[in-house]
Amino acid sequence: MTMRIFISKDAAALSVGADKVAKTLSAELASRGIAADIVRTGSRGLFWLEPMVEVATAAGRIAYGPVTSADVASLVDSLTASGMHPLCLGPVDAIPYLAKQERLTFARVGVIDPTSVADYIAHGGYEGLEKAIALSPADIVEEVTKSGLRGRGGAGFPTGIKWKTVLGASADQKYIVCNADEGDSGTFADRMIMEGDPLLLVEGMTIAGLAVGATLGYIYIRSEYPHAFRAFQTAVDAARKAGYLGASVAGSGKAFDIIVRLGAGAYVCGEETALLESLEGKRGIVRAKPPLPALKGLFGKPTVINNVLSLAAVPHILADGWKTYADYGMGRSRGTLPFQLAGNIKFGGLVEKAFGLSIHEAIYEFGGGTRSGRPVRAVQIGGPLGAYFPSSLFDTALDYEAMAAKKGMLGHGGIVVFDDTVDLAAQARFAFEFCVKESCGKCTPCRIGSTRGVETIDRILAGEDPAKPLALVRDLSQTMLDGSLCAMGGLTPYPVLSAIDHFPEDFQRGLTRVAAE
Amino acid sequence: MTAQVSSGTAARWNDAVAKDIIDARRSEPGAMLPILHDLQEAFGYVDQSAVPVIADVLNVSRAEVHGVITYYHDFRHAPAGKHVLKICRAEACQSVGCRDLIAHVEQKHGLELGKTSPDGSITVEEVFCLGNCALSPAVLLDGELIGRVTIDDIDQIIETAARPA
Ligand SMILES: Cc1cc2nc3c(=O)[nH]c(=O)nc-3n(C[C@H](O)[C@H](O)[C@H](O)COP(=O)(O)O)c2cc1C
Ligand code: SF4
Ligand code: FES
Repeated sequence: MTMRIFISKDAAALSVGADKVAKTLSAELASRGIAADIVRTGSRGLFWLEPMVEVATAAGRIAYGPVTSADVASLVDSLTASGMHPLCLGPVDAIPYLAKQERLTFARVGVIDPTSVADYIAHGGYEGLEKAIALSPADIVEEVTKSGLRGRGGAGFPTGIKWKTVLGASADQKYIVCNADEGDSGTFADRMIMEGDPLLLVEGMTIAGLAVGATLGYIYIRSEYPHAFRAFQTAVDAARKAGYLGASVAGSGKAFDIIVRLGAGAYVCGEETALLESLEGKRGIVRAKPPLPALKGLFGKPTVINNVLSLAAVPHILADGWKTYADYGMGRSRGTLPFQLAGNIKFGGLVEKAFGLSIHEAIYEFGGGTRSGRPVRAVQIGGPLGAYFPSSLFDTALDYEAMAAKKGMLGHGGIVVFDDTVDLAAQARFAFEFCVKESCGKCTPCRIGSTRGVETIDRILAGEDPAKPLALVRDLSQTMLDGSLCAMGGLTPYPVLSAIDHFPEDFQRGLTRVAAE
Repeated sequence: MTAQVSSGTAARWNDAVAKDIIDARRSEPGAMLPILHDLQEAFGYVDQSAVPVIADVLNVSRAEVHGVITYYHDFRHAPAGKHVLKICRAEACQSVGCRDLIAHVEQKHGLELGKTSPDGSITVEEVFCLGNCALSPAVLLDGELIGRVTIDDIDQIIETAARPA
C-alpha cells in the first residue's frame, strides 16, 4: 500500500527548512523503492515542532518533529522496521497542545491539501454554502447575527449587524471585501488560513456574497505575505474550476467571484477605509465616517468589509447552526478565538479556544514560558497599538470586555511575550516611532504628536529627569486620544501609557541607573 | 496575475515593456497598485518615466501617480541590489533580539536599512512583521522566509550575496 506522509508548506514551516526535509524524504523513499505520497499541508501551528512530519497509520496520523534532513534516513528506518524514533511525538491529535484546543476555524489546517477542492469537501467543506444556498439572504444574516460573531480584525463589531446594513442597501453592485492586511506584530492566524485552508475563506466570502447580494469580492493581502498570496490565488482558481466561483456558484444560479489583490507595505491600510482607498488605486488615507463602508464603500458601493477570521468562521456557523457556535465563549464574546503565541515564548503557535482563557493559561499552560528561560516580564496583546501588561494582570481573561476593563485590547488575538531583559522605555519609544512611520498623515495629533513623542522619550533615554518629559508624554497622549480620526493615532497612547504606568522604573534612567552601576 | 514577489532578479528598465505592462491592466478598476507591483516585479523598482504613462492610461494626474508611489513603503525609486533582504523590526522579533541583528548588519557590514551595498550585491530593508512571530527573529531573503535567524545566519546571507555567482 502506498504510504501517505504529510509535511507542511506553511511559510513558517518553510522558514525552518520544511522544503528541504520534504525533498530529502522523497529522495530517500525513492531510493529504497518505497511507494509514498507526500502531501503538502498547512501547519498545525505547533511551530516549535516544525518541520513536522506526519505519517498516516491505522491508528491515525503519527507525528515526528522537529525533523531535519539529517534525521530523514533514521526516520525511514523506523517506519519500515518496528521501533520508536526519538523524534516520534505519537498520534498528532493526542499532543496536549492540540488536544486541549477547540478548533472550529482551524479544524482542517494542517490536515488537508489546501489546493484540493475534493479534499476540502471530503472534510466537511462547502456544507455551510449548501445550507446558505437553501436559505433566503435575510435568513443567512439572521444565522450570523444570532451566532454572536464579532469582527476578528480588532474592533469586535457584530458581523451580522454589518451584513444587515448592506443587505438593506439597494444598489446595482455590492462588494465583499476581505481584510487580509494582518499587520499586527504577533499575529499570523490569517496567514495560516490563507495558506492552510484557503477554501474555507473562499466559502466564507461566498456565503457573505449570497447573504447581502454582492456578486464580487476582493481580498487585500499584505505584500509581506508572498506565500499566502500565491496559496490563496491557487485556491480561488481551483474553486472557479470546480464551479464554486463564477456565474452560478455550485449550480445555485447565483454569481460570485473573487479578485485577489496585494497591499504595498502600509500598516494603516489595514484600517478599513484606508484599505478601500488603496483598492481603488489611491494613497491609503483614512476616510471620515460617515458614510459607513456598508453604505458607501468600495467604488462608492455598499460593501461588507471583514477580517479573514470573521469570514472564515461563517461556514461553520451555517453548517452546524448558530447555536453550536454561540455555545462557546463567555459574556458578549461568543465562539472561539484563534490566539497566537509569539515572541520570546517556548511553545509559540496557534491556540484556538473559546473566549475566556486567561493570559496566564495562554502563556504558561500552552506557551511554556519564555524561550530564553528567563522570567516573563511583560506581554503585549493586540498588536502595536495594544497595551503592555505586567504579570500582576496575567489573570485577566482574554475576552473583549475583560481586556478593555484593564485598559488593554484583545485586537486580533496576538500575544507577544518579553522576558526580563526588555526595556519598556525603548518599547514606548518604538510605539511612537511606528506611528510616525505608519501614520496616514491626515490628523495633526497623530502625525506631529508621534514625532514629539519620540523626541521626548529620547530625552528620558538620554538620562534627563523624567518628571517633565513624562508629563509632556501624557499630555501628548491625551491630545492623540482626543484628536485622532482612527485608532492609529487614537490607540498609540495605549502601549506608551501602559509602559509608563506598569513599568515606571524603566523610565528612571540618569541618576538612579548610574548610581546603581 | 503574476506572482508579484519582489526579488532581486530583475531586468533593466525598458520603456516599451513597461508600457505593455501598464496597458495590460488598462480596463481593470483600481489598477494602480497592481500596475506598480507588476513594474517592480519586472524591473525591481518603478522608474520615474512610468509616471506620465500610468497617469495617461488610468486617466489621473501625474501628481496622483507620484503620490501613490511615494506613499507606499514597497515601491522603490531606484533599482535594488542583486538580492533583497528584509529584516523584521516589529515587537515579536524585538523580544528575541532583532535590534542586535540590525546593529550587527549596520556595524559589522556597514550596511544601512533602506540602502544597497556599494557593490550592488544586496539591498537591506526594514519590514514590520512577516507573520513568523512564533519563530522570530524573521527575515525575507528574495521572497523566501527564514526563521529563528542568528547573527551567523546574517553573516552567511550577506557574504554569500557578495560572492560572484
Ligand atoms: C491602523 C489600523 C489597522 C488595522 N489593521 C487591520 C488589519 O490588518 N486587519 C483587519 O482585519 N482589521 C484591521 N483593522 C480594523 C479594520 O479597520 C476593521 O475594523 C476590520 O477590518 C473590520 O472587520 P471585522 O469586523 O471582521 O473585524 C485596523 C484598524 C486600524 C485603525
Ligand atoms: S489617526 Fe493617524 S492614521 Fe488615523 S486618520 Fe489620523 S493621521 Fe491617519
Ligand atoms: S514581528 Fe517579526 S515576524 Fe512578526
